[in-house]
Amino acid sequence: MPKLNLNREEMPRQDPKARGKNFSEVALGYSFEQALGEASRCIQCPKPLCMTGCPVSVTIPEFIRALREGDMPAAAKALKMKNALPAICGRVCPQETQCEQVCVLAKRGAPVAIGRLERFVADWERRQQEAASAVLPEPTGKKVALVGSGPAGLTCAADLAKAGHSVTIYEALHVAGGVLMYGIPEFRLPKEIVQADINYVMSLGVKIELDSVVGKLFTVDDLLKDGYDAVFLGTGAGLPMFLNIPGENLNGVYAANEFLTRVNLMKAYRFPEYDTPVKVGKKVAVVGAGNVAMDAARSALRLGAEVVYVIYRRSRAEMPARHEEVENAEEEGIEFRLLTNPKRFLGNEHGSLVGVECYEMELGEPDESGRRRPSVKPNSEFTIDVDVAIIALGTTPNPLVAQTTIGLDTTRHGTVVADETTGRTVKPGVWAGGDTVTGAATVISAMGAGRRAAADIDRFLREK
Amino acid sequence: MYKILFKQTLLPKIHLMRIEAPKVAAKAQAGQFVVIRIDERGERIPLTIADWDNKEGSITIIFMEVGASTARLAALNEGDSIMNFVGPLGLPTEIEKFGTVICVGGGVGIAPVFPIARALREAGNRVIAIIGARSKDLLFWEDMMRTVSDELIVTTDDGTYARKGVVTIPLKELLERGEKIDRVIAIGPAVMMKFCSRTTQPFGVKTMVSLNSIMVDGTGMCGACRVAVGGVTKFACVDGPDFDGHEVDWDLLAARQRMYIEEEKMSFERWLAKHAVTA
Repeated sequence: MPKLNLNREEMPRQDPKARGKNFSEVALGYSFEQALGEASRCIQCPKPLCMTGCPVSVTIPEFIRALREGDMPAAAKALKMKNALPAICGRVCPQETQCEQVCVLAKRGAPVAIGRLERFVADWERRQQEAASAVLPEPTGKKVALVGSGPAGLTCAADLAKAGHSVTIYEALHVAGGVLMYGIPEFRLPKEIVQADINYVMSLGVKIELDSVVGKLFTVDDLLKDGYDAVFLGTGAGLPMFLNIPGENLNGVYAANEFLTRVNLMKAYRFPEYDTPVKVGKKVAVVGAGNVAMDAARSALRLGAEVVYVIYRRSRAEMPARHEEVENAEEEGIEFRLLTNPKRFLGNEHGSLVGVECYEMELGEPDESGRRRPSVKPNSEFTIDVDVAIIALGTTPNPLVAQTTIGLDTTRHGTVVADETTGRTVKPGVWAGGDTVTGAATVISAMGAGRRAAADIDRFLREK
Repeated sequence: MYKILFKQTLLPKIHLMRIEAPKVAAKAQAGQFVVIRIDERGERIPLTIADWDNKEGSITIIFMEVGASTARLAALNEGDSIMNFVGPLGLPTEIEKFGTVICVGGGVGIAPVFPIARALREAGNRVIAIIGARSKDLLFWEDMMRTVSDELIVTTDDGTYARKGVVTIPLKELLERGEKIDRVIAIGPAVMMKFCSRTTQPFGVKTMVSLNSIMVDGTGMCGACRVAVGGVTKFACVDGPDFDGHEVDWDLLAARQRMYIEEEKMSFERWLAKHAVTA
C-alpha cells in the first residue's frame, strides 16, 4: 500500500490586494496536475464515509477514481448522476462540515479536497459542452409545477425530468437561479457557471417561466386545478430580518438582500452603464457574521469602500460563516469588530446614516443554540463612523405563497411544515423543501431536500 | 418579452402604454402595481396599474419622464417590447360600500385613482373625485375620471386650467360642506398625500394613500421600500402599497425617496447628453 499523503494540494487564489478591487472569482481552480495529485490521495475506502456526509449522496470515490485514471467523461458522468449542479456545489458547499469532515484522512491530517475536485471535474465538463447529451426517458404524461428556481427547485426539476415527467418552474424574478443569482457574489460563484448549470437542467426538458409571482399571478390551488399533478414549493427564505433598533430606516442602511441584489442581480457595480445604483460609501459596517455578511463585506470592499467593518455580537469562535470565507475576508482587509452590537443608527439632517452606536458585549453561559450567550457590558457605548450599514442577520421564508395556499401548515417562524424525508406537506399534491422549510440554510441542504421530494413525487405519480 | 400594443402621448412628458400581459390582466385589481424592466441594463421600475383589458390581454401604465429609465421607456414605440413585466403586485385597494368616498388624484397619481374610483362606484359608493396638477400641461384623464365619478373637481396649482390652487382646498371644502364623507383615497406625490391626510385628520375621515417608495424586487425580498406606519416598519410592496395616511411617517418616506437623487440626476444627464447628439 502506498504511503498516505496527509497534505492536500493548495487551491490557487487571486492575490488579496488585487482581488479586493475586482469581482473576478477568488479561487482559481486546480490545474490538471494538481487535480491528479489531490485525487491520488483518496484511498478508495471500501465503505466510503464521505458519501454519508453528502446531502445528495454523490458517489465520491467513483468520480475521484475515474479522475485519477484520467477518464474525465466517466468522472463527470459519475458526478452528475447524483448532482445536477456540481460546479456550484464545488464552490459553495461547506465541505468541511460534510463529506470532508468524515473523510478518513481527516483524522490523520487534511481530508481529500473533495469540493475542489468536484469543481475541477464540473468545470472540465462545462468546457466540453457535452452536457446537453443526456438521454431522456419516455414521457410519463404527468405534469409537475415547481415554485422557485433556486437550488431546491433546480435539483427537484432535474430529477423529475430524468424520471420522464413534464416539469415547469415558476420564478418570480427576471432570471432563474434564486439566491445563486441574487445573493452569492460573482467573485465566489461566477454567474456564467450558474447559467451553465441552469442550461443543463433546461436541456433535460425543464421549462422555466420567469416573471411569475406565485401567490399573485396565480395560486398553488390554481396550478393544481390547471392540470398539474403535483406542486413543489422551493421558495427559499427571502425575507430579510432587521435589528429593530432606532435609525434602521435611515438612508444608507441596507438589508444584505437589497445590497447584494442591487450588486449581483442588477449589476449596480456597473452603474451608470446599468441603470440600478447602489450606495457604497467610504466606511461600511456589516452587521452579522454569516456567509452573507462576508459576501456583503467583500462586495462593499470591491465597490471601493475605504474601510469595511464586520460587527458581530459574539466572538470569532461563534461566527457562522465558513472559515474559508472569514479567512478570505480578513486577507482582503475586512476589519472585524467582535463582541460588539449596534444600539442605534445615527443620521444627519437629511436622513442619511453617519454612524452606528454600539455596545461592547461579553459572553456568558451557552444558550439553546449551544453558543455562549452574549450580553451587554453596562456603559460601554461607543460610536463607529459609517455612511453605509448592511444588515446581514439572516432571512425567513417569504409568506406570499403560504398565505395564498389553502390548507398549508406553517410554523410561527413562517416556515412551511413538510416531512423531512419526503418533503410532503399536509396539503395533498403539494411538496416543499429547502430554506422555505428549514429556514435559511445551505445550497446543498436545499438540493438534498429537492432530491428527496423529487423521489417521493415520482413515487406518488407512478402510483397515481 | 412583453409587447407594447398601444402608445399614446397624453401630454408632452406623460405617456400611456398598453402592454401585452394577459396573465397579469386576468388577475389585476385596482390599487395593485407592476414592476417592469426595459432591457438587460434596465432597473426594475414599479408602476401602479392604471387600467387593464382582459379581452386584449393588456395592462395600461401611465408614466412621466422624470429620469433616465422613464425617458428610455418613453423612447419605445408601439410594436417594441420590454424585457420584463411582473405583476400584479401589492395588495389591492380595499373596495367596499363605504357610502360617500372622495378620490383625490395628483399629477401622475390620477392614473391609479381611476380604476379605484371605478371599482368604488361599481360597489355602490357615491364617488366625488378631485384631480389636480401643477399646470394645464400636466393634467390628463379629466374625461375618464368624469365617467367614474358623481362629482368631479379639477384644479391646477398655477390656475392655467379650471380651478386655481392645490387639491387640498376643495378637499377641505367638501369635508366642511356638511355631508357625511366615509372615506378618502389620495394618490399622488408624497407631499400631496401628506397634506391630504393632514386635511382630513381633524374631520376623522379614514384616508388611504398609495406609497410610491423605491423598490427593487417588489415581492418582499429586498426591504428597499421600508416605510413607517403607526411607528412600525412595513414593506410598501407586500404590506401595501395602500396605508392609512394618518399613520404614515411622511418625512421618512420623503427622505427615502431622495436616496439616489444624485445617481438619478447623473444617469439622466448622461442619457440626455447621449440623445442630444443623435437628435
